[in-house]
Amino acid sequence: MSEPLSFESSRPNAPAPRLPASGVEGKARLDALPREMLRSRAPGLPRLSEPEIMRHYSRLASMNYSISEQFYPLGSCTMKYNPVANEAAAALPGFAGLHPYQPEETVQGALELMWRLEQALCAIVGVERVTLQPAAGAHGEWTALRMIKAYQHSKGEHRGEVLVPDSAHGTNPASAALSGFTVVEVSSGEDGRISLADLKSKLSSNTAALMLTNPNTLGLFERQILDIAELVHGAGAMLYYDGANLNAFMGICRPGDMGFDAVHMNLHKTFTTPHGGGGPGAGPVGVKAELVPFLPTPTVENSDGHYTLNHKRPQSIGRVRSFYGNFGMLVRAYTYIVAMGGDGLTQASRDAVLSANYLRVQVQDDLDMPHDGPCMHEFVASAQNLSHEGVKALDIAKALLDRDFYAPTIYFPLVVPEALMVEPTETESKATLDAFAKAIKEIVAEARTNPQKLHQEPRNLPVGRLDDVAAARKINTYLQGLSEDPILRWKAPS
Amino acid sequence: MPYLVHSPEDRAAMLAAIGVRSMDDLLVDIPTSLRIPKLDLSDGLSEFETMAHVTALAARNRLYPDRLTFRGGGVYRRFVPAAVAAVTSKPEFYTAYTPYQPEASQGTLQAIYEFQTLIAELTGLDVANASLYDGATAVAEAAMMARTHTDRTEVLVAGYLHPEYLEVLRAFGEGRGIKVRRGSDPGPKTAAVIFQQPDFLGLLVDAKALTEAAHGVGALAIACVDPISLAVLAPPGEYGADIAVGEGQQLGMHPSFGGPHVGFMACRRELVRRLPGRLVGSAHDAEGRRGFVLALAAREQHIRREKASSNICTNHSLCALAASVYMTYMGPDGMRQVAEVSFERAHVLAERLSALPGWELAFPERQFLSEFPIRVPNAPAVLRKLARKGILGGLNVQRWFRELKGVLTFTCTEVNDPMSIDELVQAVSA
Repeated sequence: MSEPLSFESSRPNAPAPRLPASGVEGKARLDALPREMLRSRAPGLPRLSEPEIMRHYSRLASMNYSISEQFYPLGSCTMKYNPVANEAAAALPGFAGLHPYQPEETVQGALELMWRLEQALCAIVGVERVTLQPAAGAHGEWTALRMIKAYQHSKGEHRGEVLVPDSAHGTNPASAALSGFTVVEVSSGEDGRISLADLKSKLSSNTAALMLTNPNTLGLFERQILDIAELVHGAGAMLYYDGANLNAFMGICRPGDMGFDAVHMNLHKTFTTPHGGGGPGAGPVGVKAELVPFLPTPTVENSDGHYTLNHKRPQSIGRVRSFYGNFGMLVRAYTYIVAMGGDGLTQASRDAVLSANYLRVQVQDDLDMPHDGPCMHEFVASAQNLSHEGVKALDIAKALLDRDFYAPTIYFPLVVPEALMVEPTETESKATLDAFAKAIKEIVAEARTNPQKLHQEPRNLPVGRLDDVAAARKINTYLQGLSEDPILRWKAPS
Repeated sequence: MPYLVHSPEDRAAMLAAIGVRSMDDLLVDIPTSLRIPKLDLSDGLSEFETMAHVTALAARNRLYPDRLTFRGGGVYRRFVPAAVAAVTSKPEFYTAYTPYQPEASQGTLQAIYEFQTLIAELTGLDVANASLYDGATAVAEAAMMARTHTDRTEVLVAGYLHPEYLEVLRAFGEGRGIKVRRGSDPGPKTAAVIFQQPDFLGLLVDAKALTEAAHGVGALAIACVDPISLAVLAPPGEYGADIAVGEGQQLGMHPSFGGPHVGFMACRRELVRRLPGRLVGSAHDAEGRRGFVLALAAREQHIRREKASSNICTNHSLCALAASVYMTYMGPDGMRQVAEVSFERAHVLAERLSALPGWELAFPERQFLSEFPIRVPNAPAVLRKLARKGILGGLNVQRWFRELKGVLTFTCTEVNDPMSIDELVQAVSA
């Protein structure tokens, strides 16, 4: 099944939508503007009727796997059920219809919601204050590093390096570079955890911060976190928490207590706001007291039930986003937290850990397990045991798609060859986990007997494996000026 | 508990299968000194109670009707076709992840490919990316592209750029060693000239002259554009700008107190490798079937790590989908009509307001489309008067620009019917 592009279905005489007429008689005429200010020809948007448009998008929707229909065990992405009540809350006209520049006294409910969400997040991660401004996790990382830099500058320190473990998410080094730091990699030890010896050798008076995910991307809790914190703080540096894996321990322990000075959270992972096929998310950042003066503007303040936006923060790193962050996502996350409560969030994390360990045990005889259990909310397996058969992690991923499962995160973390990173989350039933384990067993059995067949999967989807190498070559040709087909967009045939 | 699926029996069976006696056996790696007895949060509520609480918060906000909202400043009320929500509320779209497995994500990938094409067509540039967070960060990302491309450090902001975009640009620039300066005289250190068309006040700028001034010193021209305006105005590609960025909220998104909306970016062919964030391209499978994949990933953080063109990962895909549905629904004729109706109503409003005693257009010699600055006697009193009639009046821009004392910017779109204009004029005349 394929679906033509809207541009390909476009018809020159398709009826335009009926829209209000201006209904006013004025002197000014648009076509009286200077000619060079006006478009020389209409933009090449498609012309389609509403029935055609609706069918087009329905057909596209049917070509997607999603958490609403499939198990989506994408490691470090926390694809859990997105409660429909969250959507209803965000759509309330009293939220969706608010203009960001309404007077403060007319948006007290919105500000109160933001303040309450901040309080809840402070309690969950153990920090002093939280900014809700960042639009995504990477945006939060960058915001936190800017605060750390500003704090250190305020003390007359100019530290130039940020340490990042080799198992870290790619956004960590990218955010550090974007904040003006040099990135120094810290290696993992045999047990998959950060090597204390290597950490010690890399820490110096030039270290601004260590960015750490805990549990790390192998799903392992950094047992020596308190020693790590002591070492980092002993060097005068700060400890940054990448919250991608926060779903592992809500109500069990808190990053703030572990010694983290700045903590980002992904509301689109831990707090069930939908991922939307790649966003929007929200990446609030929590900080300990010493970083509070540097929070981005504005912050929400509560004085006896009257809420205000504080734009006057002399030491602030400034504004990181327009307006007040992805407010609609904040409404969804807050609704989720209220519904779950402290008891529900705690049980959610416990179930997430339980499910991951259960699934790990179900597939441990089928795939390599580079690290011993127990794991936290996710585990990393390796397809290296199938290398004789020429079967790779990619083949297993594609074979899972054919069996109506989304694939785990593959080839990440980089420290495990042929990695398959599996995060089941607390909202998948035991029956689903069993079915997934059974599919893995079947695929591995097939790898032993008929590996060739696996290379040709998926077969049951709208397209088979796509030749992205050929696509990249064509893009290159275009970028070099040797072809007029950008590949990155549709172009009318000339 | 809501949204959890295991029964006590499931949990027991799973623990047994793992071969441990209790949950604590799975949490042994966490130092006991770090364990907390419980979260300092209330217990959960039923859905009914949750929604009652959240609805009560929403009710504490004052909701101005669309037709009586004349305030813009970067977020606008516009007619949103029902088709937009009908598509974006399909769970196959809103509950999918970033399309890492293309065969199982063709819906999202094709929708993004169409979005990239729509934005490229609208801006008249070669290639557009898959989306950014908002207009402000799009401006900042464009400045960083220019910084890398020219190896120069200064970014010149000409005219009235949205003040919050300017603040974000300054915050982003600091980490990359970018000096932001306001002015209109680019020099040999200038990496880019950034201007907004129409500007923050709604006024049209001489985009062509600014672009030529930038090119004259070897700098890039970055145009921050209003997507609705591009149905009628010359697009950046026509006057030679190198990068176009903007805020896409007007393309089918509700105000939602400022977000989530969507940033967009398009550029000339020579700059494509410096684009931040995701790009989707077309590809074929072994049977020759066309499909869509994430392309040029070697620019991105998950491959390039600290050498990536940006740190962006999660973007605003679902908002880009909303924008695509909107643009496809409207087509070139619908977009043009929306722009024309807004133009005509805004100009009638400007004529009528500037006829009031003591009211005068702040820049009478300048052209505008659907938003304009007007100097009024006692701006706070005017706004209070309007609020009493349920009208959200113009935006007081003195908050950001001291030289604009007593200036309000009013905006008018297709949702402000002729009667609402009468009501506004009556309310301030009374």
